[in-house]
Formats: sequence, structure tokens, C-alpha cells
Amino acid sequence: MSTAMTKDQILAATLEELTNVAPDLADETIPPDADLREVFDLDSMDFLNWFTALHRRLGVDIPELDYPKLRSMDDVATYLAARLGGL
Amino acid sequence: MISLYRMPSLGADMEAGTLIEWVLQPGQTFAKGDVIAVVETQKGAIEVEVFHDGVMGRQLIEVGQTVPVGTPLAELEAAMVTPPDQRTGVQSGGLTEVLSESLPADMTASAIGVTEAAPPLAPSPQAPFPKLSTPVAPSSGESPPRSAPLIPPSPSMPEAVDPRASPAARRLAQQRGLSLDGLVGTGPGGAIVLADVRSAAVALASGTPQAAPRAPAPSPTVPPLATPAASATAGRRPAHPGLDLAAMRQAIAAAMAHAKREIPHYYLSQDVDLTPASDWLAQRNAELPPERRLLMGVLFIKAVALTLKGFPELNGFDREGRFEPSAAIHVGCATAIRGGGLVAPAIHDTDHLDLDTLMAKLRDLVARVRSGGLRASELADPTITVSSLGERGVDRLYGIIYPPQVAIVGFGTPRPAPWVLEDRVVPRQVVTVTLAADHRHSDGHRGALFLAQVAQRLHEPENL
Amino acid sequence: MSSAMIETTYREAVREAIRDALRRDPRVFLMGEDVGRYGGCYAVTKGLWDEFGPERIRDAPLSESGFTGAGIGAALGGMRPIVEIMTVNFSLLALDQIVNNAATLRHMSGGQVSVPLVIRMATGAGKQLAAQHSHSLENWYVAIPGIKVVAPATLEDARGMLWSALEDPDPVVIFEHVMLYNRSGPLAADAGPVPLAGAAIRRPGSDISLISYGGSLYKTLDAAEALAREGIEAEVIDLRSLRPLDDATLMASVARTHRALIVDEGWRTGSLAGEISARIMEQAFWDLDAPVGRVCTAEVPIPYPKHLEDAALPQVPTIVAAARAILGRE
Repeated sequence: MSTAMTKDQILAATLEELTNVAPDLADETIPPDADLREVFDLDSMDFLNWFTALHRRLGVDIPELDYPKLRSMDDVATYLAARLGGL
Repeated sequence: MISLYRMPSLGADMEAGTLIEWVLQPGQTFAKGDVIAVVETQKGAIEVEVFHDGVMGRQLIEVGQTVPVGTPLAELEAAMVTPPDQRTGVQSGGLTEVLSESLPADMTASAIGVTEAAPPLAPSPQAPFPKLSTPVAPSSGESPPRSAPLIPPSPSMPEAVDPRASPAARRLAQQRGLSLDGLVGTGPGGAIVLADVRSAAVALASGTPQAAPRAPAPSPTVPPLATPAASATAGRRPAHPGLDLAAMRQAIAAAMAHAKREIPHYYLSQDVDLTPASDWLAQRNAELPPERRLLMGVLFIKAVALTLKGFPELNGFDREGRFEPSAAIHVGCATAIRGGGLVAPAIHDTDHLDLDTLMAKLRDLVARVRSGGLRASELADPTITVSSLGERGVDRLYGIIYPPQVAIVGFGTPRPAPWVLEDRVVPRQVVTVTLAADHRHSDGHRGALFLAQVAQRLHEPENL
Repeated sequence: MSSAMIETTYREAVREAIRDALRRDPRVFLMGEDVGRYGGCYAVTKGLWDEFGPERIRDAPLSESGFTGAGIGAALGGMRPIVEIMTVNFSLLALDQIVNNAATLRHMSGGQVSVPLVIRMATGAGKQLAAQHSHSLENWYVAIPGIKVVAPATLEDARGMLWSALEDPDPVVIFEHVMLYNRSGPLAADAGPVPLAGAAIRRPGSDISLISYGGSLYKTLDAAEALAREGIEAEVIDLRSLRPLDDATLMASVARTHRALIVDEGWRTGSLAGEISARIMEQAFWDLDAPVGRVCTAEVPIPYPKHLEDAALPQVPTIVAAARAILGRE
């Protein structure tokens, strides 16, 4: 995969996929550090769909065990960057 | 034959709908079951389907227009005989006969997408009953008409201010607390009959369940129809295409008030050791990419569906106090809408679906709740509801039954808890399952057996 | 119940009922036009004159008022007369006797006398007998307090209603539809009396109640079969007794089906179908899911030509169409 992606690009891709799986959030301003579950009411289905989309797009599989630490856009982008950088 | 496609009613509370998209353009052919338009209602953007094959004719309203239920939206032409300009009389002679043909039964019988024969070229007063209602006025004051019809003329159906409804339909509507306004009739001359009220009651119920709706929320950003509800929570509220949250709140209010008023609920709860299911699921998902992973909710739904086979008294409908069991098991999955409100569309024949298929269907359903695009048929026929508050942190939920269903099963948040296992207290993953059921049609003893069997099935996740 | 079945006709069932009554009770005798030597204009009484003799099978002159009045007098005198009137059209000549004497004497005598008279008459169209021999005027008799009116449609009822009618202390009018006489079917060899009261559900169904009687019953049953092929389950009710009407059975059926269609060979105006419709409206209004429908005979004197006679009468397709209309399935 594209190891050349910057953190910002990853963040943009992450946001795009989030609004794909939750189009009702499309018009929202989502702060990168907002807790998506608490503030935006994302549920387990939304998270699963989101991670599925990211897996398809970036090739990074997020195992279930890691779900609890991924609560915000920032968490996810940082996690993905680390995994992508490590490839 | 030209028929009119009218704004469908998707619940007794629905008075009007807004056309948001024409999926078909004039001249395009369609088959039975195709979506011809998308209509915005308080339940979201609903794809409306047709019930016969044919060709799209003239569109009578424009995108963005809000019209009352029953307003003609488009002219549909039956398959084969369908130059779009038929009504202008351009077509060759032989086709005009078709105009007076009566409709196939399934078109008029549908409570959802309602079509009816359009008046012939020059609308005549007898249009609704072309075959029967030709009463001959006596030429003088004397006795019987010269050619009295064998079958009496049915009552004529002029435009009426009040909806024309049968006595039985009126009685049922009153019992259910439903308004007849906005219902589309499928009876003689378009009258509202029992079947229409029953499907309206079902559709209404579909826009609602669950004891504790998630985060209530008005929305400054809700588009056109919405009149934001009052409560002002701090959180920002997301947009919902074509969703009128205030109207949905009203629908929920009506259905739940009716349920609490009319249905003698009994409530049971049972704690279930979910460790076997959690472990099995974690192990299974660990080996699979995200797109093939399952959610615990799928196991819940499947366990309920399988168990229901042995408990027909929980799966079906209350019809004026009599229980009508359903042979099919269509579990309505209560799905919250961000911003408040919820729907519980059905996953059809839930008991026959393997877990992967069930998961796929649930994903699809949730996606369409999020994006708009629920099918009217999905809203119409759940036979029971399952509500799961997922990870929102409540231990248990006591649901309110959706009329005319007779039971709702609730799952609280799975949580680690002390559990006695072979004389020792051990930490286990525990979920509390509840049943709220209609005591007119089942008893607590059977309800308890039902919950015990759901628990047993969750102990053996590999068999789900 | 478990006895052997014999193949018989409606005509033979009526004849057997008369023969049975003559044997059971020496007070019973039959009187009417051409019932004796000729054997009855519909051949119902063929052979009875030879078997029972002219004292008990009495040919009467063409004088309906006279011999009906004689029958009333005989009944007052302790006999159990069966008066046969050739068709309901001719019975109008006897209407004075029936309305003003037979129906009233129990009441006018303060219960001192009763009139245990049975009047049998043919009714209905279908044999190209034209407008003076073909009408269905059951509704005229249904409107008379003081008498009972029955319309046997099945072999069992044709065989069984006569004796029950003779046992009734009041006048009973039995209508036999002319198109039923040739109908054949199995009947228990030991078939006997059946009660006069009560309607019968001849075919259960859940979507619409088709209410009929007499000659229209079989058209209605055929219509129900046709409807079943379209997925409409019609319940068919045979009224059996036209006066009194069995309201309870009718209303219970309408409560189940929420829809009713009455098939009546009489003319619509002032018909028995109209009476039933009114009762349903009075007693089952809130159960109705559609207006009550009626299929009746066209309001013309019954025509002689076959195609016009057929067109005037209730027929299977018109019943089916009316039922479909009530169900909104035009």
C-alpha cells in the first residue's frame, strides 16, 4: 500500500469513509479528537462498517482486540499511520 | 389501461409526503416490485414500489412538492399497450378499449402503493365503477327503472370531505387510536376497509419501539420537512435526509401510548452467561477480515428467531383482541436513528438465515436506515421486535410492544459480572435478556420457558 | 346417520315425504290442481293417487281461493291438510284465505283454534314458462305474521321439512323451486324429519358471506367455488327458513367475514334480500367492511325466450362479479 501517505491524507481518507458509512454525519464538523461514540453516537455496526471500509481502502486490518482504543478520528488515523508505516 | 399511482400511506399518522426523486422517467418500463420514486416521510426517505409491470407515464408532480396522501403522483400504463401519450388520444383506435378494463386484483389490494384506474379520456361520473354503476334514471315518476341492473349500483363515490371508511374499519381505527385521515383505501370505490387500517397499524408500529430511545435530539440541520423538536441537548445533531424527527416522535408517541393503554404487558428478565458466545465470537472474528466479522447482536437475533419456532404465541399479531399467529418469523430490528427516533424494519424469515447472511442483511438494513431508502415492505410486517441497547451501558431494557405485535425481546449491554459456577464465584460476561409480552395471548410461564431457551441457545453459539 | 345412501331426486324426496306423512297420520291428505289422476304438473305426486286413493289425494278445481279455504276449514276441523298450489303466481288467488284466515284465526280466536295447514307451492323461473308461471314471490309470504315460510333446497330438507311442517300448529308455506325437482344426489335411505328453524352454513369461508336459499343456493355455491379459485373464501348460507329468519346465524357469519351478499331470485324492490340487508345493517353495522350487496332478478316480468330469461335471473358470473366488487377487486 501507499506508504507514502501523510498523516493528513490518512485522516482525510478516514473521514471520507466514516461519512460513507454514516452519511447522516456528512454535514457535521467532526473534531479529530471527538469521542465518536459519545459525541456522535456511533454504534458497533458503524464502527465495524467503518473499519471494513478502511480495510478495503488501505489494506489495514484492525483486529477486534484493538477496537477499544480507537475512539476518535485521531486515534484511528494514528493507528493506521503506524500500521502503514510499519509495512 | 392507464392507472394512477398515488402518494402511499405509510402509517396512520402520515398525512403528506414529499417527492424527492423520480427513479423512473416517462417512457421507462418497470416490473412489479421496482422502485419508481423516493418519497420523504417522517420515517425517512422511503422507496416506493409498484405492483405490476408497465410503463411510466406522465409525472403529475415535481420533485420537492409535498402532497397529501392519496394525491396522484404519476400515470402508469399497463405493460404492452403503452404509448405515453395515450391520454391525448393520439394512439390508434384499438387501444381505447383497454382504458375500461378493470385492474388486476393485486393492484387495488395493495395498501402501500396504491393505484387505481384512471378515468377515461373524458372523466365521467361513473368512473369508479365502470362496469356496474349505470343506474338508469326512471323516465317518469313511475315504478322500476327500465333496465335495472342485476347487481345494484354500488354507492357512488364523489369526492368526500371525510374519508370514506367501512364501519368495521372505523371501529378498528378507533380501538387503535388511529386517524383515518391520510389512509389510502383499497375497498370498493377506494373506501378505507379493515385491511387498510390493519396495515396502517403495522406501518405505524414500525416507526417506533423500544423503551428507552437513544439521545433525544432536535436538529437545526434537519432538512425540509423537519420541524425540530423542542429538547435542546448540547450535542450537535446530524442530518437525516428526508427525515422528520418531530413527526416520527409523534408516531412513536401514538403507538407507544396505545400499547401502554391497551396491551396488558408482563415482563420477565433473565441473566445469561454470555462467555461461551463472547469467546466463540472473538475467536471466530479474530480469524476473519472485518467484512466477515459478526456482531453479537446477530447472535441475539438468531437465537430469538430460532426459539420462536417453539413459541408461536409470541410471534404474530393481535387482531382486535384475537391472536393471529404468523407462520413466518420476521424479526423487527429496532434501530436507533442518530438524533432521536428509531425504526424497526423486518429481516424477513430470520430463522432461515445463517449468521453470515443475517449479518449482511443487518448491515444493509442499518446502512439504509442511516442513508434513507427503507422499503415500505420492510416496515410493514415484523412479527416480533428485538431491541438491543448494544454498548450504551444499560443493564436491561423493558420494551414496549409495538402494536399489533405481541412481544418484544430486549438485550442489555453485555458486561463482566460475578457469576456462580459450580459453587465458585467467577467473573463471566453476562447479558440480561428481557421479554415484554401481551398477557392476552401468552402467559408468564411460557415466557419464562422462552427466555430459558434463548439462554440455552446462546450457550451453544456454534449451533446458531 | 350411518345408514345406506340412495341416489334420488328432489322430486322423489318430496314425494317420499308426502307418502311418509300419509302413512304416519290418517288425518293427512293432499289437495290441489292435477295432483291426483295426472300426478302433479311437476310429477311430484305421481303414483300417490293409485296408492292412497281419491279420498286422500284430492283433485281440486281451478279455484285456488276455494280449495285453500277448504284446506283451512279442514285444519280447523282437526285434519292435517297439505294444499298444493301449482305456482306461486296462482297462489295470489288464495292470498285472501292465507292472509285473512289462515294467519289470523289463532289470534282472533284468542288461541282457541289453530290452523295446522301446510301449503306447498312451486316457485321460480328457468323452465321458459314465462311471466305468469315463473315468478319468485316468496317475499310476499315472508311479510305475513302468523305463518311460517320455508324453502328446502337440499334433498334432506325436501324429504324432512314436510313432516315438521305438519306437526307445527300454525300454517306453514313450503316453497319448492322448479329448477330443483330434477336435481339428484345421495340421500340417506332412512332420512326423516328435519327441524324447520335455523339457517345452515353450506360452505364455510372467511372473506364474504353469500346468503341465499332455494333455487339460488346452487348458483351461489358454484359462485363460491369460482371465487375460491381467485383466492376469495366465501361462506355460503342457506336460509332454509324464510320466516322466521335465523338472524343469529347470519350475524355470526357477518361478524366473521365483515361482508355480505344476498342472492335472491325475487325482484330487488321490497325483496327478502332487502329485509336481510336491513337486518344486517341494524344488527351488524359495526362489523361491516363494505356495503351489503344484493343480486336479485331484473325488475321485469320473467321473459319467455331462453336468453332473456337467463339474463333476467341471478347467475354465477353476476354473483361472482358482485362479490368481487364488495371486496374491492373489480
